[in-house]
Amino acid sequence: MREIVAALLTGFIFGLGLCLSSMTNPAVVQGFLDIAGAWNPTLAFVMAGGVAVTFVGYRMILPRGRPLWAPRFSLPAATAIDAPLLSGAAIFGVGWGLAGYCPGPAVVSLASGRTAVLIFVLAMLTGMIFVRWMRTRLSATMPQTPVQERSA
Amino acid sequence: MHPYLLALIGGALIGVSAVLLMAFCGRIAGISGIVGGLLPPRPADDLAWRVAFIVGLLLAPVMLALFTGDDRIGAPTVGPVLLIAAGFLVGAGTALGNGCTSGHGICGLSRLSPRSAAAVATFMAAAMVTVFVARHVL
Repeated sequence: MREIVAALLTGFIFGLGLCLSSMTNPAVVQGFLDIAGAWNPTLAFVMAGGVAVTFVGYRMILPRGRPLWAPRFSLPAATAIDAPLLSGAAIFGVGWGLAGYCPGPAVVSLASGRTAVLIFVLAMLTGMIFVRWMRTRLSATMPQTPVQERSA
Repeated sequence: MHPYLLALIGGALIGVSAVLLMAFCGRIAGISGIVGGLLPPRPADDLAWRVAFIVGLLLAPVMLALFTGDDRIGAPTVGPVLLIAAGFLVGAGTALGNGCTSGHGICGLSRLSPRSAAAVATFMAAAMVTVFVARHVL
């Protein structure tokens, strides 16, 4: 139960951060990506603020060995820079550039009630389901990234 | 307030969220991963915290609108056909590459993961090329 309260609260803080930083405005995001046009550096400030806080915070937390309200840290175990990673990132980048939405801002923007955002999110979920389904079928050649269960 | 300062504060809030989620639940604050775990086939066996996080995300602009009168959500810049194509690419790409701007960007870079750094460099470059082609070539 308390894990759910923590997730609700952290989701709220995350959403607040996205809204305040204008990441829920696709024109601002595309302005950052448009390096040959009227470049808008806003996204760089968001990344700088986010990485600075997370870098320091993770360094304080992870050495403690286990989280407060869960049995263990669930950290990605994959370290390989392989074809699925790079092709997936490239495909994501093309979609991100086309519309100016990455997954977080798209989900948050659903709250505006715009049909266009709902259309984007439904297409995004379809893309996720498609790849998950393909991975299940091809699991011999394209295994799901295992999650390392790190405990105290 | 200047938009760059707001962006820095907003980014810091995203960082606070990522740190708290790790501290309390031991989870990476990666939106594509949190959402993806809810989907078929083989949804994750821990649906509750994922749904709660997404409800929290949605509550943020609702509360902003309630207390400031502005939810700070901008309008889409492209039409429905491009939105569908882009949405599918974002979903498929983040599922294949195991992460997006938050999971690889904020959390992965903070863990100094070379894998995440490679993903971030790749999706940033692909997105910049896409915008360049769409705005300055076509």
